[in-house]
Order: sequence, then structure tokens, then C-alpha cells
Amino acid sequence: MRASTAADPAAATDPGVSRSPFGLFLQAFVRHKGALLGLAVFTIVVLAAILADVIAPHAPDAQFRAASLQPPAWTARGSWNFPLGTDPIGRDILSRLIHGARFSLLIAVGVVALSLVAGIVIGAIAGFAGGLVDLVIARLMDVLMALPSLLLAIIVVAILGPGMLNAVIAISVVFLPHIVRIARAAVMVEMSKTYVAATRLAGAGPGFLLVDTVLPNCIAPLLIQATLCFSGAILEAAALGFLGLGAQPPTPEWGTMLADAREFVLRAWWVVTFPGSPS
Amino acid sequence: MLTEFLTLLPATLELGLTALLIALVVGLPAGSLAAVKRGSVVDHATITLALSGYSMPVFWWGLLLILLFSGTLGWTPVSGRLGVQYHFEPITGFMLIDSLLVDEPGAFASALRHLILPALVLTTYPLAVIARMTRSAMLEVLNDDYVRTARAKGLSSWRVVNVHALRNALIPVITVIGLQVSVLVTGAVMTETIFSWPGVGKWLLEGVYRRDYPVVQGGVLLLALLVVGVNLLVDLLYGVVNPRIRHAR
Repeated sequence: MRASTAADPAAATDPGVSRSPFGLFLQAFVRHKGALLGLAVFTIVVLAAILADVIAPHAPDAQFRAASLQPPAWTARGSWNFPLGTDPIGRDILSRLIHGARFSLLIAVGVVALSLVAGIVIGAIAGFAGGLVDLVIARLMDVLMALPSLLLAIIVVAILGPGMLNAVIAISVVFLPHIVRIARAAVMVEMSKTYVAATRLAGAGPGFLLVDTVLPNCIAPLLIQATLCFSGAILEAAALGFLGLGAQPPTPEWGTMLADAREFVLRAWWVVTFPGSPS
Repeated sequence: MLTEFLTLLPATLELGLTALLIALVVGLPAGSLAAVKRGSVVDHATITLALSGYSMPVFWWGLLLILLFSGTLGWTPVSGRLGVQYHFEPITGFMLIDSLLVDEPGAFASALRHLILPALVLTTYPLAVIARMTRSAMLEVLNDDYVRTARAKGLSSWRVVNVHALRNALIPVITVIGLQVSVLVTGAVMTETIFSWPGVGKWLLEGVYRRDYPVVQGGVLLLALLVVGVNLLVDLLYGVVNPRIRHAR
């Protein structure tokens, strides 16, 4: 940001450019190289996820027994039929990667939605009710936060059993305390403001007060936390998959692919190198 | 359960402490250097490397390092804590210390070679965090008046940076180091799985596979206690570093 504004002072002072809030945002965004790069990567992943059936050269679970553990196309023994090579039972790694984007995004969306909804409800109740309820919820969240993140996810999976849905629940539990804390703090700050007191004086009941008056003003910090959780969720899901506790083997999830390929590391480098690179 | 935990704990501690040590020994100077030479190539290199270390998934990074150092270069062993040709009863449980105590030639070197790669993998994230935190804390402190005074007194810039500035920059860094313990525990589970390191993390995970609930419950509880205990220690450490906190009421 610093470097780009210095490099291009004319655009910054040009009166002809759009002045609407969105226009300003767009200008700042386009000038920020990091943001553009991030958008590009994200767009590619989303497109890959949506168009997986169209752009993937093979089905993710099609096994080409004749071509098992084939190296990538640019090496001596490779062929362009399998651009990034094949895994031990002859499945095309590129196709599995493209389809894996679906699962990673799905898990991330699921985790963010689940932890956001549960977190806002719990946090808002804590901040709104105060007193004993607040105390119990706050301490409970402290306990959850004291446990290292992956360990907490492992406990939840150990209880529920491995699987993709359970991994989503497990990771949501990991992110829950962060959301609850932010929601609780935001609600408490808003509750002390005069407009809330005014609404209360106007005769609003507690339900209306919380949902209609207070919560809309608490959304901003929660949205920021949600975006942070999104990338965190993808990594945690891959970690769980790698440990064999997330998505189960036939699913082309990136972490699971890595775990499958682990015993072939020294013989076939391509099976472990590519599944990790998107994350 | 407890005896099992205690026999395995030294292996994890050895790994975790080595990783933390590397993170401190590399991260603090790197962060300080980046802050002192702000905007230089060194600074940008540190930030970029730290950012990549930040977002690197442990399991993939570990496999890549195995590929490079064990596979292609053949410098380090792939898994375990000690070569098969050495065997002795554990004394302290810390392989580095034990191998020195039992007087078997080559055992220490073997233990060290086994330790280095897992420690490197485990240190990546804390190293990135510590380097970044040190840099930002140092940048703040270096602009303070007392640093200018120290320079005006004619002290060497080495002394100003390392004695006057670093000590005050250390408070936020210590907080972050305390938080890294929880990260290290998480990382240890992954790292021990990748490198077949016979520690608490791997044991815990096997407990999950076997549905061995006492192991999972007890192990997680003890690890959580460890994390909480270390964070308490860190809070007490503030007083050692900064006398003002010690006397504040």
C-alpha cells in the first residue's frame, strides 16, 4: 500500500476518478498488489471448485491401473495424460486436486457458518444477560481456549468418530470461543450506548432489543473474525484429514491425499508435493 | 496412563524445547536485525520468510523436508530418535543427555541427527511469529526517547540495540512465546506423526485410533495443564523482565 501510493501520486490526486465509497474501495484494492494476488488465487480455487467436473481431465476416483505412480508430464517417464502424475492406484493427481478444492471450500464454509451462528447466539446471550449466565459462558469459553486447537479438534473427533461432517463440527468447536468472545464484547459495548437505552425506554422487549437494535451494530468485528476463520478452517481440516481423522480416504481431500501418499514419499515425490501446494 | 505419559513426555519435551530454542536463537536476532535495518533487503527477506513460515502447513512442510534432506541429500534419517545399532535403557528420557551418559561412541551424533529435522519442522511457525513480533516491538522501542539518549551518550549501537532496546521490546515477545507453547503441542502431534517420534502426541493420536478413551482424556488433560502452567510461568516472568510490573499494585 505504502509503496504503490508513492509510485503513483497522479492517480491519488486526480479529481476525475470516482468518489463513491465503493469506487474508493475499488481504487485502493486495485493498487494493493497483495490483495489482487490473493483475489486471483481465491478466484482460481473457487472456479476450480465450481467447474471441477468440466475442467478436471479425469474423474477423481477413476483408477488407471496401467499408469500407477506415474511421474509428472515434464519428466522423462511422464505423459500429458496425467499432468501432475498419478498416485499409487493410478488416480490422476490434478483431477483429485481440482475436486479437492470443493471439499476444502465446503468444509471452510460449513465451519464458518456453524461457528458463527452458534458463537453469535451464545456470545449475544452472555453479553445481553450478564450476571451468572455471562460468568458461566465466559469461563466455559476460557476452558475451551486453554486447550491447544488441534488437540481440541482431536477430542471432538475421538468422541464423534472420524468423518468429514464430524471434522466440520470439531473445527467449529475450536473456533467457537473466539467468536463468542468477540460477540460478547461487542454486545456489551453496544448495550452501554444511549441509543439502546432510548429503544428500551420506547418499550422494546429484550428479544427485539437484542436482535433488531444491538446485533446489527456488532457485525463488523465478527465478519473480520469469520474471514480469519475461513483460512484457518481449511488448514485445520487438511491437518485432521492428514491424521486420518477428517475426510476418509476415497474422498479427494487435500490432507487425506497427503496421508495416503506418505509411505511413497521417497519413491514418488510428486504424490506428496502437489496435494500440499494449494494450501 | 500416568506412567505411560511420563515415559513419553521427555521425548516430546526434547523436541519442543529444541524447536523453541531454535526459534529464539534465530528469531530474536532476525527480528532485531530487520527492525534496525528497516526497509532494507534483510528486512524484506525476514518479513517474507516469516509470512511463508506463518502459512506453511506443518504436515506438508515436514514431508518436503524429508524429501529434500533424507531422500535427495541423504543427510538425516527419516524417523525415530536413535539409530538401530545403539540401544540403552533410558536414564533421563532425554535422548541427547542419555546418549552422552552411556558412553557409546556415535550415539550422541545419531540422536542429534534424528532430532534436527523434526525440530526444524516444529520450529517453523513459532520462529515466524517470534521474528515478526520482535521486529514490530523493536521498531516501536527504537523510536523512544531513551534510545536516543543512549545513543547521544555515545554508546555503541550494538549496546544500544541489545541492552537498552531489546530488553524493553521483550515484553510482548515473551507473551507471544508463552502462546507458542500451545502451538508447539499442536505441532508436536503432527510432527511426531510424520517422523514416527515416540512422544506424547503420537501416543495420543494412537489412543484416538484405538478408541482408548482413558488415554485421550488423560493425555489431553495433562497437556492442557502443561500449557496453562507454562502460561502462568510466563506471566510471572514479566516481573523478572520489567520491574515496574513487579511493583504495580
